[in-house]
Amino acid sequence: MSLLPIKKKLGTGLVAGLAVLALAACTSNDPKSNSDNLAGGTTAAAQGSNDAAGDKIVIGFSAPAADHGWMGSITESTKKAAAAYPDVELHVAEGTNDVNLQISQVETFINDKVDAIVLLPFDGAAMTPVALKAMDAGIPVINVDREFDDPNAARVTVLGDNYGMGVSAGTYVCQQLGDKPDAVVAEIAGIDSLPLTQDRSQGFKDALGTCGLNVDNRVAADFTVQGGETAAANLLQAAPHIDALWNHDDDQGVGVLAAIENAGRDEFFMVGGAGSANAMRSIQAGDSVLQATVIYPSTQGADGIKLARLLVQQKALSDLVEVEVPRLVQLYAPVVTKDNVDQYIDTAFES
Amino acid sequence: MSESVGGVSTPEGPTAGDGPTRDTERVERAAEETARDSGGALALLQTTAGRSLGLVVALILLCAVGMITAGDRFASYDNMMTILRLAATIGVVSIGMTFVITGGGIDLSVGAILALSSVWCTTLSTQTMAEDTHWSVMVVVALLVGAGCGLINGLLIAYGGVVPFIATLAMLASARGLAEIISNRRTQIVHVQAFKDSFNSEIFGIPLIVVIFVLVAAIGWVLLNRTTFGRRTLAVGGNPEAARLAGIHVKRHTVLLYVLLGLCCGIAALMLVSRTTTGSSTHGTLYELDAIAAVVIGGTLLSGGRGTIVGTVFGVLIFTTLTNVFTLNNRSISEQSLLKGLIIVAAVLLQQRLASRKGNT
Repeated sequence: MSLLPIKKKLGTGLVAGLAVLALAACTSNDPKSNSDNLAGGTTAAAQGSNDAAGDKIVIGFSAPAADHGWMGSITESTKKAAAAYPDVELHVAEGTNDVNLQISQVETFINDKVDAIVLLPFDGAAMTPVALKAMDAGIPVINVDREFDDPNAARVTVLGDNYGMGVSAGTYVCQQLGDKPDAVVAEIAGIDSLPLTQDRSQGFKDALGTCGLNVDNRVAADFTVQGGETAAANLLQAAPHIDALWNHDDDQGVGVLAAIENAGRDEFFMVGGAGSANAMRSIQAGDSVLQATVIYPSTQGADGIKLARLLVQQKALSDLVEVEVPRLVQLYAPVVTKDNVDQYIDTAFES
Repeated sequence: MSESVGGVSTPEGPTAGDGPTRDTERVERAAEETARDSGGALALLQTTAGRSLGLVVALILLCAVGMITAGDRFASYDNMMTILRLAATIGVVSIGMTFVITGGGIDLSVGAILALSSVWCTTLSTQTMAEDTHWSVMVVVALLVGAGCGLINGLLIAYGGVVPFIATLAMLASARGLAEIISNRRTQIVHVQAFKDSFNSEIFGIPLIVVIFVLVAAIGWVLLNRTTFGRRTLAVGGNPEAARLAGIHVKRHTVLLYVLLGLCCGIAALMLVSRTTTGSSTHGTLYELDAIAAVVIGGTLLSGGRGTIVGTVFGVLIFTTLTNVFTLNNRSISEQSLLKGLIIVAAVLLQQRLASRKGNT
């Protein structure tokens, strides 16, 4: 009887061991994932000479957890872009909101001596030390979306344009309402304390200013459907008549549209933000107050892969005169309306 | 060595109505524990080492998988250090958690306390003071904040009569809230160069934070296995009433356990601050779950009364090695989470079978 415990203890090891074997069974490499959407998953651009296969390279990619439609699309489109190139082997370490873990993922890439690292940090400042370490080790880092706090930590930075989103939205509102100087403009922001939200609002305000309009009602939500619903319900209560509404984010826009529907309001038009596929479908169908949306590209990671490949294979952006890949690529925030939605809907993200 | 700390002999479980067989079992186990204390080699194998054997096997298998699938990329010195650096932060928290769980409690607020400590020790005023005086000001602030939060948890639980789950749930919410208020939800960057240099230094080629982890583990092991404090922890977790009758200050001891864990959170916060050179209210998200998982698969009873530091260290190493092997093999985090869940369930199921069989024999 006294031996029994030790047997049971060994049993613990056995089960744990089996679990490990199960792991072993699933660590073989998959065949290349089906690549029916080979054009980088992003554009239908003609295959230029830069796309011709070059030296085989390994790129490490790490991004935060896909807890938002936009973020999910970042990883997905990045994988698609890499799969489109037979000369690119992508190591993906996705899905963590723990900077400690993300740092160790990048450390693994450094140990592996990958050729380049495409990094969308959970927190730009917190990932700066390890990015510097990679650069010191001679591995170029392509920083996506959330900037490091040291310019030396990245060779190339790919950014969206938050201020530009606000400007695009404001300019569109001006075009629609230009002849009505006393029109009521409302705004539903994302998380108010984030710099990106402040940038978006500033751009919106500046653009409205050029045609003599201003934001009459402003509320903030939190990038979630639920938060959007609550914020919009409050806003509609506070403003009995609205002419134009800008909502910063299409994920929270699902909730905003629900609140508008519930309130039975349709006297205004709405502009969205970020550019989700269902927002674009709604614009295409013209079945709601949503008339337009402003894109914040969810394909930045994919662009990161393309730039990393050019960088390592010592190619340049062939349409520029420069011999080297630029230091900073800031993406434009176009306005999507019924007229041009066909152009953008293929690269939109599913929220 | 066989002092009369009665609680040790009743480490797990219900007190009344177990019948004589259960008592016999207890006596035997008490003898086992005593034998371990006096260092009998065979007894040692039956207890500590025996318990950890399964974990050692699991870790070796995991390493074998790493070697087979990733070869030198896994076995390299750099990769070992990558694993250990990742393990250090969560490891220190888990060691503190081992004490609290062994003492019959639980703490859901460790990640939040870590975040608050990291924010508090990187505020502009703290950093200014650190630059004017010495970088250790930041260390003191982090440790004080951690211990202070632990003290509040402990007082609420021991003297306020709030169940640990609720008290620490409240701390989870409010500590992170306070961290957000202090930092205004911004990431605070560390400018004190001396702090960064000190924490990122190496001792004989081993990163300082790994050395700290090893030290904390060693101190934790001695504290739990070789001191009155440790035996009291087992007694309080196993049977608080018996412990009280044996003359142990149960309430005071409970407070101390939470302070100890808070202190560990402060240490972990410093490690994370040095690793990221930032303090942020988002640091340490969900660490409570990682720590509890590591403690449980290590063999510490969630109901209290039995704890193992060695097991916890192995638990942490198993999870971090798993993460590393998955990253090396380019596998998704979702598969990894799935496997992590399976390992936890397997470990706990075995533990339960162990406990119930003991009751029957």
